[in-house]
Amino acid sequence: MIDTLIPTPTDTAEPAVEERTPKMSARDVKVFYGAKEALKGVSIDIHDDRVTAFIGPSGCGKSTFLRCLNRMNDTIPSARVTGTIELDGEDINSAAMDVVQLRARVGMVFQKPNPFPKSIFENVAYGPRIHGLAENKSELEAIVEKSLKRAGLWDEVKDRLNESGTALSGGQQQRLCIARAIAVDPEVILMDEPCSALDPIATAKIEELIHELRGRYAIAIVTHNMQQAARVSQRTAFFHLGEMVEYGKTSDIFTNPREQRTQDYITGRYG
Amino acid sequence: MTLQLALVAILVIAATAGLFARKRATGLRGGGIRLNSLPNYHALFVGLWTALPALLFLAIWAPVQSGLVEQAVLASPAGQQLPDFQMVRDTILSEARDIATGRIAAGFNPESNAIAPVYSAAYGKYSMVGSALAVLIALGSALLAMRLVKVDFRARSGVERLMMGLLVGASLIAILTTLGIVLSLLFESLRFFKQVSPTEFLFGTSWSPQTAIRADQAGSSGAFGSVPLFWGTAFIGAIIAMIVAIPLGLMSAIFLTQYAPARARAWLKPILEILAGVPTVVYGYFAALTVAPLVRDFGLAIGIESASSESALAAGLVMGIMIIPFVSSMADDSIAAVPQAMRDGSLALGATKSETIKKVVLPAALPGVVGGVLLAVSRAIGETMIVVMAAGLAANMTANPFASVTTVTTQIVQLLTGDQEFDSAKTLAAFALGLALFVITLILNLIALRVVRKYREAYE
Ligand SMILES: Nc1ncnc2c1ncn2[C@@H]1O[C@H](COP(=O)(O)OP(=O)(O)OP(=O)(O)O)[C@@H](O)[C@H]1O
Ligand SMILES: [Mg+2]
Repeated sequence: MIDTLIPTPTDTAEPAVEERTPKMSARDVKVFYGAKEALKGVSIDIHDDRVTAFIGPSGCGKSTFLRCLNRMNDTIPSARVTGTIELDGEDINSAAMDVVQLRARVGMVFQKPNPFPKSIFENVAYGPRIHGLAENKSELEAIVEKSLKRAGLWDEVKDRLNESGTALSGGQQQRLCIARAIAVDPEVILMDEPCSALDPIATAKIEELIHELRGRYAIAIVTHNMQQAARVSQRTAFFHLGEMVEYGKTSDIFTNPREQRTQDYITGRYG
Repeated sequence: MTLQLALVAILVIAATAGLFARKRATGLRGGGIRLNSLPNYHALFVGLWTALPALLFLAIWAPVQSGLVEQAVLASPAGQQLPDFQMVRDTILSEARDIATGRIAAGFNPESNAIAPVYSAAYGKYSMVGSALAVLIALGSALLAMRLVKVDFRARSGVERLMMGLLVGASLIAILTTLGIVLSLLFESLRFFKQVSPTEFLFGTSWSPQTAIRADQAGSSGAFGSVPLFWGTAFIGAIIAMIVAIPLGLMSAIFLTQYAPARARAWLKPILEILAGVPTVVYGYFAALTVAPLVRDFGLAIGIESASSESALAAGLVMGIMIIPFVSSMADDSIAAVPQAMRDGSLALGATKSETIKKVVLPAALPGVVGGVLLAVSRAIGETMIVVMAAGLAANMTANPFASVTTVTTQIVQLLTGDQEFDSAKTLAAFALGLALFVITLILNLIALRVVRKYREAYE
């Protein structure tokens, strides 16, 4: 099975040593839910022209880590985050960082599609409205159109922008959520198992979309599907029991992991 | 008296029959065979079957008996001499009954003293008959039910069916009562509309229900235009009270669900709900004695000469406070029903908490909130005590909150208190008003329930 996971050409072309400054970097990030330590010191760099995948068994802290990156853990009263996370060298947990601005720069797509019970247009226009990105109606329309086009949904919905977003199919809803995230022009997009509620065809569409979005946005994606990680990502991090066990080029992780635990997981010995 | 004894006897028979049935069932089991149903079910089955038919008989017999007694009394020689005039005769009969049952020593009308023994005898005879029949029925059904106690008898499902029957009966009582209320309202209202045309009642703008007692009396012709009353009701209950209750209720619901820490919520919510438990008459005092003078003084201070001490504003303000828990608990429920995923989606786009509430949570919760508000309105316009104590009696069509207006419920109380003839248009008007109010609150409730249900479907 591993042999079929052919590394993409970009992987091999990249230098092994990173000289560039990363888009986001996490150092020794720990998360506690009450007294329980869910994340035990994770350090990772996320670069802006590639897709970083987080894999690992259920409950190992992938979502928890992803939520640290745009401070969505703030919404959970019992959660406490330590360590530093930087976006372009700025500490996102510092007092100087406005969480509203942070989330506009680091967008998020959830596991279950969660369009607002508003029209398709309003769903996409929501973010730009809040952040005042459009001066007038036509600018707003342009942003909505551009975002829907980038999310590969425009052709399917251009004639029914006033219909409710919740009336779309699951896959369309998820692309609508991606369009919604894109509309505020983020720098990083976080995706937490974006395909787990979708059928294979809708999944293929989203994966294709991730390919197209790569390079424009830094993308971090959590997935349970290892083929998907291999297909869409250039870097993979393997999490286990709240630790980040191994992080490296996707091709290396899948063909030649350094750690026994990684090996066991990707060969399906436990999950 | 005898009927009460019969009641006790029936219960004793039922309990005994039940005990016997259990003993018998236990005995059957003693043979090492498995019973279809536990002995207790046999006991319950036999007990219920013994008691229910007899009790049903008693319930039917009681009214039949008083009819029979009256007939017997009227047929007696003393009864035949009673005056023909219905009202006098009824008075004498009821006095005779009171003497016979020992409630009073002697009647006001001399005839009643003569009839009392006849009454007493007839009553004794018929209640004896009734009691005997009831006890016989109980014994008979006990015997029949006992014969069913066998190894394979499904007493358990029998009890189940009886229970269902009981429950159906209980809910039927509530439904039938509602029906009865509606019918009696309807009936009396029809009598009213024979005297006053529905158009005048529904669209007339002048209300002064004093009808002349004598034809030559001047100045009190009686006008039954209910529009001012409904205006007053709407002004106090649907406008002023809602201006108070909707924002306060909604904001406290938002605070409680979205901002308050769990500990604060655990304290604040019950305190808010205490408001719903305050007797309305207490709100009435509060409105009349505390708020009304304040409102009047305030009105006078800002130069409104017509400020009355029975202002619409005082009643409406207090009613609004009373309604807050309704609005807030309905709003609370519907806000809590908005999925967390929706909130997260908005927050993750960089929306603040209040933007999220304003643009995502509230619109999604709106139907539930609207439903709650409609229910609150329907309660507010039917509310009586506050307006009786704090709103005025003058039927004014004014939008001045410092002036006095009257409401439908206040007028109903007004029309029905004191000595009234039950066939004058004035008294009957109370029923027409009640019917109209009932119809309005019914419609409001129906709409509210529909709105709420539709909204529930959207998320489940
Ligand atoms: N809100 C919370 N309160 C308390 N504990 C939590 C909370 N969210 C997550 N946890 C705990 O933190 C640990 C990591 O959870 P997390 O959701 O990050 O796992 P995950 O890797 O995303 O799992 P999955 O693949 O199933 O989504 C789990 O043990 C979980 O029980
Ligand atoms: Mg997860």
